Amino acid sequence: MMRRSTFITYAGLGLFGILGPILFPAYTLSIAYLWMMVLMASTWDILGGQMGYNSLGNITFFGVGMYVSAIIQIAIFYEPGVREYTSAMGAIKPEFTDQQYYWGIFLGIFGGAIAALALSLIFSTFMFGLRGPYFAIGSLGLAIAAAEITVTINYVGGASGISMPMFPGDIEFRSVFFYILCFILAVLAHLVIRGMLSTQFGLAINAIRDDEDKAEAMGLPTLIYKQIGWGVTAVFMGAIGAVAGNMAGFIDKEVAYPVPTFGIFMVAMVLLGGKGTLWGPVLGAIIFHIVKETTWTYLLGWQWVTLGLILIINIVYFQQGIMGWLQSKYPEMFGIVVDQSNINQEKKES
Amino acid sequence: MNDIIKVTNVSKAYGGVKANVDISFKVKKGSITGLIGPNGCGKTTLFNSIVGYHPIDEGSIEFDGNEISHLRVGDIARLGMLRTFQQTKIYTKMNCVDNMQISVSHRRNSKNGIFASRKGEIRERAEDLLEFVGLYSKRNLISGDLSFGQQKLLEFAMALMNEPKVLLLDEPTAGINPTLINGLIDRLGRANEELGITLCVIEHNMRVIMNLASHIYCLSNGKMLAEGKPSELQNDQRVIDAYLGGH
Repeated sequence: MMRRSTFITYAGLGLFGILGPILFPAYTLSIAYLWMMVLMASTWDILGGQMGYNSLGNITFFGVGMYVSAIIQIAIFYEPGVREYTSAMGAIKPEFTDQQYYWGIFLGIFGGAIAALALSLIFSTFMFGLRGPYFAIGSLGLAIAAAEITVTINYVGGASGISMPMFPGDIEFRSVFFYILCFILAVLAHLVIRGMLSTQFGLAINAIRDDEDKAEAMGLPTLIYKQIGWGVTAVFMGAIGAVAGNMAGFIDKEVAYPVPTFGIFMVAMVLLGGKGTLWGPVLGAIIFHIVKETTWTYLLGWQWVTLGLILIINIVYFQQGIMGWLQSKYPEMFGIVVDQSNINQEKKES
Repeated sequence: MNDIIKVTNVSKAYGGVKANVDISFKVKKGSITGLIGPNGCGKTTLFNSIVGYHPIDEGSIEFDGNEISHLRVGDIARLGMLRTFQQTKIYTKMNCVDNMQISVSHRRNSKNGIFASRKGEIRERAEDLLEFVGLYSKRNLISGDLSFGQQKLLEFAMALMNEPKVLLLDEPTAGINPTLINGLIDRLGRANEELGITLCVIEHNMRVIMNLASHIYCLSNGKMLAEGKPSELQNDQRVIDAYLGGH
């Protein structure tokens, strides 16, 4: 039964992913942002849900991926160099050929992902000494520090940001192009996470979540699991950051390190959908995005109030999120065995 | 190389509290060794020192001929020495089989990779060991839903899954009902005989420890009070005064 419903879910989401921009061309970019949020929520859940390390700093990788991609795209094909480009504050609009643009963006995504990965490995040397709220606040500090440091670097435009290279095609194709990138990255992230969770790795990070001291005492090399978990998160956040920067067309501190919006949204989406589950973050992201887009359109002025209200209801009444609530209500649907009679009997015995 | 654990003149103080003073302690390879003593006499502190929970103040601890007093918990566990906890520690949100499967050995020569499959041999062994401790029928239950005694059994099975050379058990029978205790003693003995695991047991249940162990140490006020065969200790006046009590 589970297998069939999984198939239907994949087929449904796949069809929506492919037909969405064809049926609703006006919403192409909005759906692209939806996939971006699915990716953010899914990758946040690796540490936040499955491993019990609530990171508020994953947005750092997003911003670093964005900036590194911009540097690569400009540095490779703009002869006078990045400094020249950024110091003109958007006045320079180099005519990249199609080939140059696409090569630039693909290398940018790749480089952004690698840079984010490297950064996560550096962070992990000192961050994973922290646990619980200390890790959460520490990682938030990383994001804020990264944003402030970026502003001071004139090479990347400092506070005035960078105008990204112009998309060579027409405006409709531009939306479709970025849509495809977001969709592919979200699907890839989901499949990679799904695959990882199905191996011993999944059990190991769950063990760290349940009792890290026990895991250590059993000889589990916990640090390497944490590094891999955060590393995979960083790779996808860096890559999607590179895409997001090009989508936005202009990047600065606010676009690259949206701590109070996307930085918090990704946590909220996971909590809404159900942390520590494969589908919770996906479901949470979809619902969150729909609510967000609707309230921004129809309840303008009250959109933050609505979002806040949903969060409060979520936290107070559905702490496990939608998937968690479903799991505890219909455990057999998820392959969880609850042997109530036996448990009660045993408790009486002992 | 007959002594797999060799603790020599170890001292450990928490601030002004001298938990262990000049303790020497040996565990023979393949044996079952007992550690008894009144509450607060430093038994668990000694265990913690051996498995690397805290640095010791003085002395030396050797495992299989190698000094390990400078190593940390994970490293020592990967050498093949594990401990169970007085307050049972299991992964409470995972089911029993998953608890078992993630308890595989992580020693350098083990082939249990980070992204190894969860199916096949590893799962079979997990189920066999659950069968061994009598939890097979509960294998798919979330471990946090098990009764206390069953959680203790699960923790023991998890330790066996790791194929340790030495297993330190901190009060394995505390809080377990008498029927289950007999089953547990039987399994401890079989783990020692059939799997060749050296056991070192902290225990307050005298009937259990006197039957199980071949050699017993008695701690009192952080110092080693006496050692010997179970029968010798039972008749040792110092042990009777400090711990067993007169009748």
